[in-house]
Amino acid sequence: MSEENQTEEIDSAEGAVAVDATTATGEEGRRQIHDMWVAGTEERADIRQFTDEGAQELLPVEDETALDIQRGVVVDDDYEFEDARDEDELQIINMGPQHPSTHGVLRLHLELEGETIRRVKPIIGYLHTGMEKTGETLTWLQGPTNVTRMDYLSPFHNELAYSLAVEKLLNVEIPERAQAIRILMTELNRVSSHLLWVATQGMDIGAISMMIYGWRERELVLDFFEKVTGLRMNHNFIRPGGVAADLPDGWEDDIEALLVDVPAGVDEYHEILDENPIFLDRCQGIGVITPAECRAYGVTGAIARASGVDWDLRKAFPYSGIEKYEFDVPVGKHGDVLDRYHVRMAEIDQSLRIVKQILETMPAGDYRTEDRKVTPPPRKRIDESMEALIHHFKIFTSGYKVPAGEAWQSVESPRGELGVYIVSNGGAKPWRIHVRAPSFAHVQALPAAMTDTLIADTISTLASMDPVLGDVDR
Amino acid sequence: MAEEEPTAEEVAEPGVDLEAEAPPRALPDEETLATIVEPHQSASWVVADDEWVVSVDAADYHSLVEAAMESGFDTFIDLCAVDYFRRQPRFEVVLTLLDYTTPMRLRVRAGVDGAEPQLSTVSDLFAGANFYEREAYDLLGIDFVGHPDLTRILLPDEWEGHPLRKDYAVGSVPIQFKESHKAQ
Repeated sequence: MSEENQTEEIDSAEGAVAVDATTATGEEGRRQIHDMWVAGTEERADIRQFTDEGAQELLPVEDETALDIQRGVVVDDDYEFEDARDEDELQIINMGPQHPSTHGVLRLHLELEGETIRRVKPIIGYLHTGMEKTGETLTWLQGPTNVTRMDYLSPFHNELAYSLAVEKLLNVEIPERAQAIRILMTELNRVSSHLLWVATQGMDIGAISMMIYGWRERELVLDFFEKVTGLRMNHNFIRPGGVAADLPDGWEDDIEALLVDVPAGVDEYHEILDENPIFLDRCQGIGVITPAECRAYGVTGAIARASGVDWDLRKAFPYSGIEKYEFDVPVGKHGDVLDRYHVRMAEIDQSLRIVKQILETMPAGDYRTEDRKVTPPPRKRIDESMEALIHHFKIFTSGYKVPAGEAWQSVESPRGELGVYIVSNGGAKPWRIHVRAPSFAHVQALPAAMTDTLIADTISTLASMDPVLGDVDR
Repeated sequence: MAEEEPTAEEVAEPGVDLEAEAPPRALPDEETLATIVEPHQSASWVVADDEWVVSVDAADYHSLVEAAMESGFDTFIDLCAVDYFRRQPRFEVVLTLLDYTTPMRLRVRAGVDGAEPQLSTVSDLFAGANFYEREAYDLLGIDFVGHPDLTRILLPDEWEGHPLRKDYAVGSVPIQFKESHKAQ
C-alpha cells in the first residue's frame, strides 16, 4: 500500500509541474490547477465550486482617487450630516440599561440624526420591586423599613414623609427634640446626597478626581449616620411617633467636626470646578429646562430652582418645625446643568447652616411621643411589668391601628418633592401607599431637556437630573 | 479653646426662632374654587388638612381639571389610583395639582367603576401625567381614554394582571425566568 501511495504522490507532483498555471486557461485549465491542490486526497474537484463570486473588482490603474480611498490614503469626510428629517437617516440607539452613566438601570431609547438627538424615550421598570404592594402587607410600624429603600440616597426623607403622613392620620404630637433630630438628619442627608451628586456629575463628564473628593466628604456624613442609626443607608430611624433612638453621646463634637470638614471640602470643589473650562463647556447651556416645562412635567427641587422657579417646600409648606430655622433658597436663572451645580452647591451651604442652628438650639426632651398607642414601652418597664411586656409584644407583632382616611404629605427631598399618599381603612396595615417619587417625574422630563441636543451632552444632562432608579421604579 | 469662646456670642443667631410657628396655609378663595367646581354638577369639595379636596364623577373629570389648570393650578404633582374593592365606585384616581404662586394644593378625586375602569386622560393638559397614567394603568388597570401610549411602564409587557388591585394576592403568581435562560 505504502508503495502505491508513494508512486501516486510522485505522479501527482509530476502532473503539477507539467501544468503551467500561468498559461492554463478556460475550464480545462482551472480543473488542472484544482487537481494540483487536491492531489493525494483522491477527491474529484467539482467545477461548479469555481465562480467569480466575492472576488474583488480591480479598478483600472488610471482611477487614482478611487484607488487612494480603497487604500485608505484619502479619508472620506462623513462628519457633517445634512439637516434632513428623513426616516431613513434616523438611527436608533439604546443607551443602557447597563450603562455606567445611567446611575442604575435606566434605558434611553435615542433616535439620532447624525449626532443630534431627535427623540428620547426613557424606558424604566428594570428595578421595579413592587414596594407599594409590599407596603400594604407591612404594619404601620414596619412601613419605614420599606420606604427607606426607595430613594436609597436620601433614606431619611422617605422615612420622614411616610412618618408625617401616618402621624397626620394618627393626630399625635411629636416632641420638639424629635422634630429637631428629624430636621438634623434630613438636612445632613441632603448634604450627603448633593455631595454624591457633585461627585458623579464630575465623574460622568470626565473629572474623575471630583468623584474621589465627593465621596470623601460624603463618607464623613455617613459615618455620623452610622453612629446615630447603626447603618450607613436604609436607616429605619425616623418612625411614626418620633425617632428610633436619641442621639448618641458626643454627637455635638461630631457635628462640629462635620461643620468644619465638609465646608472645607466644598471649597475645594469650587476650586476644582468653578472656573474649569472643560467643566464649563460641558455644563453651560446644556440640558435646559424652562419654568413652563417644570410646571407641566412636575419637575421640582433643585432642577426647578435652577430654572428660576423660586419654590421650596420647606418654605411653602413647612414640616417638622423647619420654619424655626433660617435659611435661604438659592435660585438659578438659566436652567442649565451649570445652574443646577451652583444651586446644589449653595444648598449644601444652606443645609449646613440649618445643621449649625440645630446644634446650637437642640431642645431637651423626649425623642419620641409619649402616646403609648404608637410608642412601645421603655425597655426598663418590660422587666418590671407584665402589661408592659404584653404591650411591647402586641405593638411589634400586630401593630397599632390608624384611623381611616387619606393623607398626603410631601417633603423637600434632595431631588425634589417627595410625596406620600396614604389610605387607611382603620386597620393595622395601610390600605394603599403611593409614593410620588421626584426622580420619576424628572426621568419623564428628560425628553424636554434632551431633544435636539447633541448626543455627547446626554451624559451631562442625565447626570444633572440626579435620578435614583430605586426611586423611579420603587 | 479660650480664644473660641467669643464665638458663643454668635450662638444667638438672629435666624433661630424656636417660638416661630408655621405660617397659616393659604387657601384658594371661594370664588376661584367656584369657577372650578360649579359648572360640574357631580363635583363637591371639602377642606381636608388645609387642602381643597374635590370629588368628581368620571364624566366631569377632564373638564374640571382643565378649569383648575386655567385657574392657576398649573403644576402637575401627582396622579395615582386606589382600589377600594368592595365599594362603589371601586376605583378612585387621585390627582394632585399645585399653584406655585399662592402656594396651595388641589386634590381631585375621581371615582371610576367596573372591572375595566375607564377615565379620560389629562395628559393632553399636563405632559407630566403621561408616565403617571401609564403607572396607574400598569399597576391598577385604569384605562385612560385618549392617552397617546398607554402601555405598561414598570412591569414587563407580557405581565398578566394588575398587581395593586386588591384581588391580586401577594405570592399567588410564581415568577418564571425561563425565557431568559432559553436565550442561549
